[in-house]
Amino acid sequence: MTVDFSRDKPIYTQLVEKICGDIIRGNRQLGEKMPSVREYAVEVGVNVNTVQRVYKELEQMRLTETKRGQGTYITSDDSEISALREDMKEKIVEQFFHNVTEFGFTKQEIIEQLQKHQGGD
Amino acid sequence: MICAQHIAYCYGKKTVLDDITFQLPPGKIIGLVGENGSGKSTLLRLLAGVKTPTKGSVQIDGAVITHQSAENIAYLPDIDEFYPHLTGEEIFSFYASQFEDFSAVKAEEIAAFLQVETDEKMKKMSKGQRGRIKMAATLGRNVSYYLMDEPFSGLDPMVRESLLKGLIKFIEGRDQTILLSTHELHDVEPILDALLLLKDGRVHSFETLENVREEWQQDAVQWMKKQYRKG
Repeated sequence: MTVDFSRDKPIYTQLVEKICGDIIRGNRQLGEKMPSVREYAVEVGVNVNTVQRVYKELEQMRLTETKRGQGTYITSDDSEISALREDMKEKIVEQFFHNVTEFGFTKQEIIEQLQKHQGGD
Repeated sequence: MICAQHIAYCYGKKTVLDDITFQLPPGKIIGLVGENGSGKSTLLRLLAGVKTPTKGSVQIDGAVITHQSAENIAYLPDIDEFYPHLTGEEIFSFYASQFEDFSAVKAEEIAAFLQVETDEKMKKMSKGQRGRIKMAATLGRNVSYYLMDEPFSGLDPMVRESLLKGLIKFIEGRDQTILLSTHELHDVEPILDALLLLKDGRVHSFETLENVREEWQQDAVQWMKKQYRKG
């Protein structure tokens, strides 16, 4: 499927986030092989150079490993994945409280609302 | 590398292009954008050696481009009347007779990927099918430079998507460079490395897409509109 990209962020950043999301949700498993750069480029409909950059970033984040002559694999070290989960949680909460302040709500108000919301589930 | 130095092109008294200078980095896909009449098609014809500039020169890997020396360039013209009396297969054989670098096997493979039949005459095909055959014939050549004039124009979103994927899949070498003109910038942006923006017959800017998004916090369409507004 071709991905629809948002306007304000570079495409490679959006693809890195997408793959991180896939890993956290378990859509990509520990130790699983990633498609080749060109396969992934065709799949999501972007330039090969962009995907190369995406793969480089993932490797620097230690979420993937490249095995010589065999391709790129998701890390098999689950501590890396736990760290990613924690990071992502922190980011979501940060973004959330940023929005909360933007709209002028107090944290207390919002926490009460969250509890109410959870109770209704 | 394709290198344009101070090229100008005049048509009668009208100056279509003026003082155009740029270099196309190898291995990149570059979008040639600008409003109608900004000189995109003329520039592509000059680079392909189909026309000769009034002033200045175009060089490819250090040698001045002429119609004869343009053999390392595959040019896809913006004409819908593309060999109307031939079938796809016949166009591929014709290309094979004209270009040593052409692979009929590859062109057939691309046609299959794009899901277009090659045994029908062009004039009997839909516009979308003709667009696919043109793309298969062009990518069937193995050259360093591909110049494409509006390869997606007038095609529906599904055909555009399949042509875009064809481009990603079948441009292989790290050194192959594509310059393509387009108005479908929103759809085409994800496959582009950079934008060459023409305005009033001049190069207004040459920016990488990463820069457009990171520095300007805009996508290609917003950026282009802004460049036009600010004059």
